[in-house]
Amino acid sequence: MKRFISRIAATTAVSLVFGVTGIGSALAVEKGGILNFVVAGETPSYDAHRETTYAAVHPYAPFYSVLIRVNPKNPQSPTDIVCDLCKGKWKVADEGKTYTFKIRDDVKFHDGTPLTAKDIVATFNKIIFPPEGVPSARKTFFKMVESVSAPDDYTVVFKLKFPSGAFLPAVAAPYNYVYSKKDLDTHGYNWHTDHINGTGPFIFVQHQPGAFVEGKKNPNYHHKGQPYLDGFKAIIAKKMSVRIQAIRGNRAAIEFRGFPPKARDDLVAALGDKVTVQESDWNCVLIATPNHKRKPFDDARVRRALSLGMDRWGGSAYLSRIAIVKTVGGVVFPNHPLAANKQELQQLAGYWPDLEKSRAEAKKLLAEAGASNLTVDYNNRDVDQPYKVVSTWLIDQWTKIGVTTKQTVRPTPAFYATLRKSHEYDVSIDFNCQSIVNPIADVSKYLCGAGNNYSQCEDPKLGEMYDNLLRTGDVKGQRAIIRQYERRALDEQAHEIITLWWYKINPHRSYVKGWKIAPSHYLNQQLDNVWLDKKLM
Amino acid sequence: MATPQAVIDTSELDQLRIPLRTQLWRLVRKQPLGAAGAFIVIIMSLAAIFANVITSYNPVANDLASMLQSPEANHWMGTDEFGRDILTRVIYGARTALSIGLTAAFLGATGGLVLGVASAYFGGIFDLITQRIVDVLMAFPLIIMALAVVATLGPGAQNVIIAITIPFIPTCARVVRSSALAIREIPYVDAARALGFSHARIILRHMVPNVMAPYLIMLSTFVGQAILLEAVLSYLGMGVQDPTPAWGLMLKGGAEEFLESAPWVSIFPGLAISFAVFGFNLFGDAMRDVLDPKMRRD
Repeated sequence: MKRFISRIAATTAVSLVFGVTGIGSALAVEKGGILNFVVAGETPSYDAHRETTYAAVHPYAPFYSVLIRVNPKNPQSPTDIVCDLCKGKWKVADEGKTYTFKIRDDVKFHDGTPLTAKDIVATFNKIIFPPEGVPSARKTFFKMVESVSAPDDYTVVFKLKFPSGAFLPAVAAPYNYVYSKKDLDTHGYNWHTDHINGTGPFIFVQHQPGAFVEGKKNPNYHHKGQPYLDGFKAIIAKKMSVRIQAIRGNRAAIEFRGFPPKARDDLVAALGDKVTVQESDWNCVLIATPNHKRKPFDDARVRRALSLGMDRWGGSAYLSRIAIVKTVGGVVFPNHPLAANKQELQQLAGYWPDLEKSRAEAKKLLAEAGASNLTVDYNNRDVDQPYKVVSTWLIDQWTKIGVTTKQTVRPTPAFYATLRKSHEYDVSIDFNCQSIVNPIADVSKYLCGAGNNYSQCEDPKLGEMYDNLLRTGDVKGQRAIIRQYERRALDEQAHEIITLWWYKINPHRSYVKGWKIAPSHYLNQQLDNVWLDKKLM
Repeated sequence: MATPQAVIDTSELDQLRIPLRTQLWRLVRKQPLGAAGAFIVIIMSLAAIFANVITSYNPVANDLASMLQSPEANHWMGTDEFGRDILTRVIYGARTALSIGLTAAFLGATGGLVLGVASAYFGGIFDLITQRIVDVLMAFPLIIMALAVVATLGPGAQNVIIAITIPFIPTCARVVRSSALAIREIPYVDAARALGFSHARIILRHMVPNVMAPYLIMLSTFVGQAILLEAVLSYLGMGVQDPTPAWGLMLKGGAEEFLESAPWVSIFPGLAISFAVFGFNLFGDAMRDVLDPKMRRD
């Protein structure tokens, strides 16, 4: 057993060191080969502008380029943003209200059409100012943008209403695939839901629904010398056991979303140094969302009691052994300069170090609210990791303050329909998964009235705090406002109940080189820097 | 004048009467597999009824400090990923399996009994329409039909019972109808009709008692099938919901992630399902042998 643990520790440690220092990239790159990887889900459409699932990214991001992106060599850094379709460094003027990007002149779409600034303007207009009836999942990220224009064929200018630190990360989001203006003008705004024409490192070959997505190398890719692979095949495998066995049997080399710790341990035990493990905190947090329109969840005391009933610190220690969650945190990605430290967290309801005191307070609040024998109608998603695993723990935690939970686990479409449309639940599991760590945009999830807030809460004061945050430039000021915002959202009003932050574990075949884990499963998925070490295959 | 009283000496009859223990022993010798099935059914029923006496662990409470312990003295079947005692959950799982299995089997078989006898008794256009509906329902495999029903109604124990009951009704109706058709032609049914008895009385008093043998056989067979179906639906996430102890649900939770590192998590609920279905099937077969005149050896 000790030997086994030390084996895992060594494998993980080596990969973490390599990941952080970039030693792996110093090896001589080998070209050629097909990367097989596994994906758990299928996207409802190919149009990532409207989708929120990683299944719209993993098999399809390699077909597209974006204006700017997180540095593929340093994806852990939220501030190391580099050009993809632009060149040089963008210019910021007008006290942070004008951003000017120079566009590369050597880029062609896969159908042969040259890319110009007009394509980028058309793309961002679709994302930021979509016509009525055209969905755009992240348009609220661009609240600060006034206009996007192209003064010439190779210049794009973004005019902002007010300076914002959230602008660049929003532009660098991996969902912002650049489409051809010609396609949008000719075929309309829905054409990309079932057609692909990008400028990415790989050209779309085929998609066999339920089976795989295949891409081949783009010989005209604008980052010269890349991609290193001849192609890739994204194998769709819904069941986790199938995905694990695919890697174990070398039918696939990697899964980019993340496996639970047990799967990592099994793969390491079976494959030894043929498998490399990369791990990272994950910009995803699992949330319990009370329905404010249902009694007694309209009462802050009841919501607060549900938060106080949870032992987050203890849960973290154990759940991190069986689930893809680990870190205790508030509204901001843990360890970020804007995140609450442990001392600050322990001031919030439900994070107190004294669990007995916390649960006694929870019972007292429930009694005061006349909800001592509370029964919660709980909406859950039929996905084990981490939804069902964490929910089983959560339900047990609530029994300790006398709350009974009646859980309904629904398949993903029905789960979303319940969470977002019918609202037929008292409390629902929910999540806040974002790509680039961009706390100012990420915390908008907790705003009542935000497009992705399903609690049906009303809290103008929280909105005012957020507006102040958007307009505050210095980090110290931002940090102070976020603490107030966090206290209001999670403690005083307990609009949302955070459980634990996710933890990303990617065990993969050691011959996969060049891919580095990011704090999000949406990031660094264009695969242009990935190569296969044939000596290790 | 005194009427002579017939004096019957019952001592000889008493001598001929076979003690219950001997009868049971003969039955066991004649139907050893059926007896094994009955034994399993009895054990399972006792476990379900006395679950809270047999085990002191709470089947739903987490004990994270004891997570994934292999079988040992305190936890004979080990613990799952939430530290819950697997033996306890298997025992309480018997309660879930039996309550759903027996309810669904009883409702399905009884619904089929009523429909089958009525269809045979009334005949004509009623029989024709009923049997075509039965044909349509029987065209769907059991599991597909149950999945369709639960997908429409949603998960949960109540809906699982409905989902399992519906496909049982046509199966039993078809079997019962074939027996009832023969009974309908027997003169005493005509006689009852001629005496002006109501349809309900004729069906309930004269026909139903005569189709009890196929009904009981179907009932016993359905229990095993219902337990299996409940486990399948729970395994697929469409049955009873966590944290309720249910064998299919336990298998789902453990089978995927811990088959290699903690195989006990999935082995024991798997064995429980196998034994329960095996037991009820053996018991049903034996009942058929005992109750069906054609299958009797003597």
